Amino acid sequence: MSEDTLPSQARYTFGGDEHLFVEISEAMSLPAFFKGMAICTELQRRQLPGVTEICPANAAYLVRFDPDLIAPDLLLAALKDIEAGLGQGELQLQTRLIEIPVLYNDPWTHETLMRFRERHQDPSSTDIEYAARVNGHASVEAFIAAHSGSPWFVSMVGFVAGLPFLFQMVERAQQIQVPKYLSPRTDTPRLTLGHGGCFSCIYSVRGAGGYQMFGVTPAPIFDPAQRLPYFKDLMVFFKPGDIVKWKPIDRAEYDRLLLEVEAGRYEPRCVPVSFSLNDFLADPQTYNQQLLEALNEH
Amino acid sequence: MSIDVIKPGLATSVQDKGRPGFYHLGIPLSGALDQQSYQLANWLVGNEDGAAVLECTLMGPELSFDAPAVLAVTGAEVAVRLNGQAVERHASFAVKAGDVLSFGVMKLGARAYVAVAGGIDVPPVLGSRSTYGLGAFGGLNGRKLQAGDRLPVGRASAAARPGYQVPTSLLPVLRKEVELRVLPGLYFHRLEDSSAQSFFADTWSVAAEADRIGYRYKNGSPLAFRERTPPFGAGHDPSNIVDAGYPYGSIQVPGGREPIILHRDAVSGGGYAMVGTVISADMDLIAQMQPNHKARFVAVDMAQALQARADRRQQLDRLRHALTA
Repeated sequence: MSEDTLPSQARYTFGGDEHLFVEISEAMSLPAFFKGMAICTELQRRQLPGVTEICPANAAYLVRFDPDLIAPDLLLAALKDIEAGLGQGELQLQTRLIEIPVLYNDPWTHETLMRFRERHQDPSSTDIEYAARVNGHASVEAFIAAHSGSPWFVSMVGFVAGLPFLFQMVERAQQIQVPKYLSPRTDTPRLTLGHGGCFSCIYSVRGAGGYQMFGVTPAPIFDPAQRLPYFKDLMVFFKPGDIVKWKPIDRAEYDRLLLEVEAGRYEPRCVPVSFSLNDFLADPQTYNQQLLEALNEH
Repeated sequence: MSIDVIKPGLATSVQDKGRPGFYHLGIPLSGALDQQSYQLANWLVGNEDGAAVLECTLMGPELSFDAPAVLAVTGAEVAVRLNGQAVERHASFAVKAGDVLSFGVMKLGARAYVAVAGGIDVPPVLGSRSTYGLGAFGGLNGRKLQAGDRLPVGRASAAARPGYQVPTSLLPVLRKEVELRVLPGLYFHRLEDSSAQSFFADTWSVAAEADRIGYRYKNGSPLAFRERTPPFGAGHDPSNIVDAGYPYGSIQVPGGREPIILHRDAVSGGGYAMVGTVISADMDLIAQMQPNHKARFVAVDMAQALQARADRRQQLDRLRHALTA
């Protein structure tokens, strides 16, 4: 995967007197995300006084610091030192594999996308029909099979509280790419599965949005009231580094899961996995198959 | 005791020092946008650092009290009235049960802070009482105030008494035209040379879209980004980047049209190139800008940013000393 070759050194630039922004690569790739994650993990481990926020995001990461406690140049030197010292061991990740049920082509995003048709590139088709066509899939079914077949990395959590950005674990030629809406919608249903550029996302709250809408999940991902058991520790479910497998479901299953959610019993399937970037890059397809077996064994 | 909200004002919310530590999950700092005025208000009523206050935006609320209390109002230049009678800003004053506090139009500045001795005692969420509207949590029920709301107030400290006053010489100065110091960086190198110059040369005005998330500025020349082959995942517009984290105070320019400065309820990341960051010492100034107020951006280096930070801290120390000694 030569297209994923990274610059030999990241680009370091200060965001005012309280932030250091580090661009691993201008282009998105799994190795770029992984390198940023590895540096953030090591920075976290070092517990430097004055470092208040460590935010990995796709092909970059952001550190917020208190310059009264750590001089900007010292933080810069520490991060460059971590980057220079990265070894093969850091290309392993202990993480979670999570299965998220998705009702593709659901009535609620359909109603919404019809309301905002004049803001779309192709008003005569739906978002998922358009995405299938521009990505060379013969049918919506084939597109859903590609979207839900290979797993996705949560490469950033943010924009708003708890919203995951996901990057599919396939070679660049197979990446799904769609433009955002020509102008953003003022409404998106909560828990919409969206896609813009090379990223999918789940809208954690209802609101404005520019991503194409493919479906909805019944699984809550952000719960300030922390009602469901899997929000016991934190109101946000996803963490950068999580691996997600979409599971297409039908309306009956969606309704059944929604009842589970309402009864406070629902919990997404979630298993611990170990991920190796090098093994993945050597043969993504076989590696993914083996990785996903962990869900069947569980 | 508690405070009853008769009229909520335009956008009044419970805020404190903020909620650091969760930006990597998309949960921003929040907290009072003008931290100096916020701290001043708390010191005037003898509150501990970090106590929650009310942040009022452009049009203040009407509030009544069910027990005696000590209050102070700081920030924007606005007429403050107790049962219709004028009371001084930047000074602590007493209210009785049944008193009604109301506000005139904000003449200068955009945010006033109302501190009550004991602090607004809503339950802390993730270590802070600040309201985060987009996430619908914190503050009172995760939203700005509505008529009919009742705000619980904590126990006043022994230091709470009327008659404390900020010395006039130490009062923060409000202006309709400000200079905002900016550390160029992030994706500044992607601006065309002419735009890199006009950004600092032009006078910008605050647009209508200006809130706790960010401030949009208009009336400057459009900013052109250098053409390039879009990196994978970045999007086609030259102002796009692969989605990345946004610093507080960072300045993004969607489509090259109007700069937006993110404030304490920032969206934590996105796909627009940022051309620099307003230094920490000047973030309070943004909070006091009304629509159509003017700003010029002034480029500084890190040494100047740190000096400005030290100066601001010294100013805060003087204020604290004057009010708590």
